[in-house]
Amino acid sequence: MHGVYTVYMTMHSWITISFGDPRPLYLQVIEQVKRRVAVGDLPPGTELPSIRELAAGLKISVITVKRAYLELERDGVIATRQGKGSVVADRPGLQASIQESELRDHLKQAVSLGLLLGKSKTEMQRRIAEIYEQSQKGAK
Amino acid sequence: MTMELDSSTGTELAASMVDVSKSYKHFKLRNIHFSVERGTVAGLIGPNGAGKSTTMRILMGLVQPDSGVVSALGKPISSSEAAAKQDIGYFSDDMRLYKPESLGWHMQFVRSLYPAWDDVYATQLLDRFGLISQQIVKGLSHGQRVKAMLLLILARRPKLLILDEPTNGLDPVAKHEILTELMRVVEDDSRTILYSSHNTQDVEQISDSITFIDRGQVIASSNRDEFLDKWKRIKLHAPEGWKTPEVEGLRLETCHRNLHVLSFSQFSDQVPALLQGPGLVIEAVESMTLEEIFVSSVMRGREGSQS
Repeated sequence: MHGVYTVYMTMHSWITISFGDPRPLYLQVIEQVKRRVAVGDLPPGTELPSIRELAAGLKISVITVKRAYLELERDGVIATRQGKGSVVADRPGLQASIQESELRDHLKQAVSLGLLLGKSKTEMQRRIAEIYEQSQKGAK
Repeated sequence: MTMELDSSTGTELAASMVDVSKSYKHFKLRNIHFSVERGTVAGLIGPNGAGKSTTMRILMGLVQPDSGVVSALGKPISSSEAAAKQDIGYFSDDMRLYKPESLGWHMQFVRSLYPAWDDVYATQLLDRFGLISQQIVKGLSHGQRVKAMLLLILARRPKLLILDEPTNGLDPVAKHEILTELMRVVEDDSRTILYSSHNTQDVEQISDSITFIDRGQVIASSNRDEFLDKWKRIKLHAPEGWKTPEVEGLRLETCHRNLHVLSFSQFSDQVPALLQGPGLVIEAVESMTLEEIFVSSVMRGREGSQS
């Protein structure tokens, strides 16, 4: 029954989990599904493995995959039909909106770190503008 | 089968212990209280000698508790309850196979005792574990012996697996093979696994819920993500003479000059107001690994019991 194992491996090979990565596992799953959708590898309507299938395939807990799927559903990336499993949502502008929300998340993270470190709004704006200009110069 | 329900969440429980105590001459298990939801993997983590094995033996009915209520698969467990045990698979390193006989002989033996034995699954397991049924037990390595015992348990297709340190002393490949097989078991949402380890990494990966046990007591029990979300390490620069404020869940881990490293078990996107003020600069708020959370919980528990 070597075949069964191979099927498992290829079925989930589009997601890889890294235990060296400090981010929680469910975030790693979310991020990778989003990225695959954003670049068009998973077109709308693509069936996703069931929660327990993916958990078994990645050898991570069911609760982790469940949480990832719930958040993906809440974000409108996937749609879950009762008893029929989950599919990539069929929604116009999904790819663009994933990229948009990724950008927002990064900015939010920067802002909350700034708040934590007691940086003012003007200081944060100045720093972002600075990095923006540096990156633009670097790109030329 | 009738199932026991968790009174707070309404979920079905595969196993539960309520206020279970057991005294030995040099060791006491005190008020053990935890439950395992059906279809989940539950990890029991504790240092050596914490009481993990005793807890599992009580759950199997191999040891009678002095007090408390124990149930598994919806039935109260007592040493005479043989029927429920048809559906429970128990693994412990103390268990011995019969040395002069082959693995195949053992498979036939277990098959004759358990009507639910699955021949096809047993053959698959032989293949996936890299075992040969003609192998004589005496010549098996530690890893092969553990896998052989797990095969004998898994092929019975028990509803509840109680595994005492199944990954102890295994090489990474054997560990991988076993974790893979355990996750396949819970692909079926009616099956439940409770397993213990002193290695937090093995448990962190596949467990839905985690119970920490130390010195015969449960020191924390919750779903895995809740542990990881709520515990944070805070690095704080504070002026000389600053004392860690008395906030529940806040503990000073280390202090070097004016850098204070605190662990906080009640984090919720907000740093306690007491950590903000003149001269206080928060350098970082970091996630903690389950191992760090475990060690900190144990130290907190031990400090608490001394005072």
